[in-house]
Amino acid sequence: MGLFVAQILTGLANAAALFLVASGLSLIFGVTRIVNFAHGSLYMLGAYFGITLMNTLPGAFGFWSAILLSGLIIGLIGVIIEICVLRPVYRAPELFQLVATFGVILVIQDLALMIWGAEDRLGPRAPGLKSVVRIMGEPVPQYDLALIAITPFILLGLWWLITKTRIGILVRAATQDREMVGALGVNQSWLFTGVFFLGSALAGLGGAIQLPKGGADLLMDLNIISSVFVVVVIGGMGSIPGAFVASVLISVLNVFGVAYLPQSTLVLMYVVMAVVLLLRPYGLFGREEKAGEHGQAGEPDRPIRPAGLYGRIAVAALLAVLALIPVFSGSFTQVLLTDIIIFCLFAASLQFMLSTGGLVSFGHAAYFGGGAYAAALLVSYSDTPMEIAFMFAPLAAGLLAILFGWFCIRLSGVYFAMLTLAFSQLIWSAAFQWYEVTGGDDGLVNIWPAKWLSGTNAYYYFTLIVGVGGIILLRHLTHAPIGYALRGTRDSARQAEATGINVKLIQWTAFSIAGALAGLAGGLFVFSKGSIFPNELEIAKSFDALIVVFLGGVKTLSGGVVGAGFMEVAKDWLTRLEYWRLILGLVIIGVVIIAPDGIVGTLRKVSERIGLRRTEEFMK
Amino acid sequence: MLEVTSLNSFYSKAHILNDLSFSVGRGEVVALLGRNGAGKTTTMKSVMQLVRPKSGSVVFEGTDITGQPPHRVARLGVGFVPEERRIFTDLTILENLEVGRQKARSDAPVWTPEALFEIFPNLWERRHNRGKAMSGGEQQMLTIARTLMGNPKLLLLDEPSEGIAPVIVEQMAKTILRFKQEGLTVIISEQNLHFAGAVADRAVIIEGGEKKFDGSFSTLEKQPEIRDAYLSV
Amino acid sequence: MNAVLKVSGLNRFFGGIQAVKDVTFEVAPGELKALIGPNGAGKSTCFNMLMGQLPPSSGKVFLNGEEITGKPPRDIWRRGVGRTFQITGTYQSMTVAENVQMALMSHHRRIFAIRPYAYKLYREEAMALLEIVGMADQADRACAILAYGDLKRLELAIALANEPTLLLMDEPTAGMAPKERIRLMQLTADIVRERGVSVLFTEHDMDVVFAHAHHIMVLNRGELIAEGTATEVRNNKKVQEVYLGGGMLFNKEDTHA
Repeated sequence: MGLFVAQILTGLANAAALFLVASGLSLIFGVTRIVNFAHGSLYMLGAYFGITLMNTLPGAFGFWSAILLSGLIIGLIGVIIEICVLRPVYRAPELFQLVATFGVILVIQDLALMIWGAEDRLGPRAPGLKSVVRIMGEPVPQYDLALIAITPFILLGLWWLITKTRIGILVRAATQDREMVGALGVNQSWLFTGVFFLGSALAGLGGAIQLPKGGADLLMDLNIISSVFVVVVIGGMGSIPGAFVASVLISVLNVFGVAYLPQSTLVLMYVVMAVVLLLRPYGLFGREEKAGEHGQAGEPDRPIRPAGLYGRIAVAALLAVLALIPVFSGSFTQVLLTDIIIFCLFAASLQFMLSTGGLVSFGHAAYFGGGAYAAALLVSYSDTPMEIAFMFAPLAAGLLAILFGWFCIRLSGVYFAMLTLAFSQLIWSAAFQWYEVTGGDDGLVNIWPAKWLSGTNAYYYFTLIVGVGGIILLRHLTHAPIGYALRGTRDSARQAEATGINVKLIQWTAFSIAGALAGLAGGLFVFSKGSIFPNELEIAKSFDALIVVFLGGVKTLSGGVVGAGFMEVAKDWLTRLEYWRLILGLVIIGVVIIAPDGIVGTLRKVSERIGLRRTEEFMK
Repeated sequence: MLEVTSLNSFYSKAHILNDLSFSVGRGEVVALLGRNGAGKTTTMKSVMQLVRPKSGSVVFEGTDITGQPPHRVARLGVGFVPEERRIFTDLTILENLEVGRQKARSDAPVWTPEALFEIFPNLWERRHNRGKAMSGGEQQMLTIARTLMGNPKLLLLDEPSEGIAPVIVEQMAKTILRFKQEGLTVIISEQNLHFAGAVADRAVIIEGGEKKFDGSFSTLEKQPEIRDAYLSV
Repeated sequence: MNAVLKVSGLNRFFGGIQAVKDVTFEVAPGELKALIGPNGAGKSTCFNMLMGQLPPSSGKVFLNGEEITGKPPRDIWRRGVGRTFQITGTYQSMTVAENVQMALMSHHRRIFAIRPYAYKLYREEAMALLEIVGMADQADRACAILAYGDLKRLELAIALANEPTLLLMDEPTAGMAPKERIRLMQLTADIVRERGVSVLFTEHDMDVVFAHAHHIMVLNRGELIAEGTATEVRNNKKVQEVYLGGGMLFNKEDTHA
């Protein structure tokens, strides 16, 4: 009984930071409709600033003012981000804003590395609250009790701000109908900036207040963001009480999970989220998203045609060069090119559902890593020949996509994206925590290709044929009736339904095809490396794919492939630099603001302008 | 007070307003008349800059407001009451009024919630209720009251009588006449000729986004062929 | 003759408000019928129930004798109903011809075909349909750059792709210039005459309605208040009231009417 109570108390104490960060994210989303992926980064900065300030300011007073000051500083940083990065892209499609916030994550990671170094920092303990209290015989840290006491006041304070002040009334009104608030004389820009300040400050406070229980490290940004998404989605995007209830729920669940089901703590969280979304698609306290609110802005996509004779000759020439690489180049180049081709296939599979289908997935790594793991498990446990295990990769990934897709396509927009994320995290946590089967963090090793493919040359050709084949297949499907129908469902779901097309069925099919081909890439990957680790299933991997599709050009067919190729080469160069994330992040933000058409889209426009290419007003 | 010149507005691709020009003097009540889809709402929204006109200009009290953000137009003293009402259903009536509040102006009537509750007593009874469970008439009153909280000089009322019980419509007419007495300039868009005639000094008839008539109601009455051509069946 | 469309006792409530009250009517083969009424009268609600976008609270809809009440739009389309929308919903990223080809692919159940290039399928048929609406010369233009009137004509071509027995057109001329309106309705009337299709449409532009509709129904506050030929409807007292206002304020003016 005592242990039970103590665990509940730990859970409640853990909920404090989570709630602060989640309520900030929720607030920002409610008003600006931006899912701020960089919110975890603000939390991390809050922790670092907190440590620095706590070490400077003396005593209990110094400790608590350090927390408040961190919140203030992070709030101001949030304002800078809002004004410099997000204001220029408010009118752009959602995806652009997301990608911009990915860029911010990278920039902040390297800035933190520059300022505070790579070493993990242990948080100072709170003066006067360093010992433990015995409750029913179990030790409970005093600071935990302090947090449990403080959290309701934060909730109360937020509640007061939101319900009783003019700012709060405007925020709630804008959450419902931004345009009308503007027509009544409220300057939306400053309201947005204000909300960003508040939301960021809350994240900063969260980062600083958890210091005595944890510390600060460079991974905490992405570590918290997945829990925060879970909380916000369970509670309902935009709902502060929802964020509170869900924070408590998830934190308590985690503590009990650690105690009783140590193998499944992470899985548990995502299972809860998936169940909530299925029963209440907009979260416990969320409101239904009105269609059209998120409409894809910007100019429509161009009509497409299969490549003409010149295009085919160019591709054939490129393939010929790639085929000749082993003749005059070392194994290093081949390994790099193998990586590039695999990544290109992965990106192309995402682009098929994302660009052609308008289905923005945040969890595409599940099918890449899922395919890889499926093959690796077969090899590890049943000595399956490589050829069969390899073919099992796209099959397993495809089946996984059929299963998850069935749930996901019932939702749309941000909620669709969030559910794909939840499922991918589910797979990741299974791989990470189910140690007996997956080897956990140690991964699965010794997954080598069959004899006839074992040389660098042989595997390179294998990858070239299968990878390029997959890309060409996707490209063909885009031009086939199924691809056209998919584009139709994206352009106008209403028109598609009104002309006999089953929109959900088409989307489900596309989801499954994209999953299977990501699995194919995963199969190529696992046998090229000889091993697979859970990091291939991480959020970061899904983000990578999203970013390259975007960099290459969302509104093009070859954007994913070109972006992936560009990114892998650029990474190969950049990673030799110490602060390559900073540069990459700035490039991403720059592309979002200056060249939102991506590499392919921009090249196309430039060549049209200088007359190398006709504008595509007339096809044929 | 308001000078609209050669306005052309589009709704996505549909050309809604076609070289529309008209003006409104201080203290005047002008009715924009026309059938469904004639372009009345788009005219209102173009004045408010909720629809950005492709060409032409809107000048309010000597200031060119074409292309300004809507909040700046509102702050200059233009109040807009949308046809779909768009009340904030998550907010109470009092909170809805708070959203609309702006500073007092020396050259326009000043409104407080108390003064507005006097005009719309139904709202007073439900002031702490959320906007969800309100009838169409109550919603309409709240939308008007919310806009008046901004102490506008010019009030744009888009189809105030639509979907409202006849008794309330009559009440609405009296209210608009009262605004006129207080010194407000009002533009209402209407399909209901009787209602418009009861409150407005002048009629501007729009059809297909073009102005077809601009004159007093007595002139209009003398030209039944115009009325029949553009307003009736 | 048997009615193409038969609607009986259609009701629809939104919360406590009744948007459509006991609407009953028929559309005969080859008939061009208009449904008119002021804003908020329930025309769109009615239309959405006919096409399956919205389930009725009660009442039944029959197409060629078969009940279609509450079926999803795609099923109703397969049974031979073409539809155009008030705000066009064409596929912006495709060419004009491809938009029609898309509907033809669906009609011939080739959506899940994997091998062929979509842009080559049913090209001839699509061109023939575009010819009917006078859009053949623009077949290879991107849909996104079409003028609004052309989009409307394209929508009509798409609506004909499944060889419908009934066309439902929601405000077909909204947003068009007056001259274009007359052309489009003339075109529709020709199609009705030549192909024997029945058409039910809602419309704001009374010139269009009186010039082309064989029969007119008037909806007000969710109820059908009049039905008949152009002259009958025009002379109906109730209809005049609806279109000129409730009449409770300026009764003296009514004497002029």
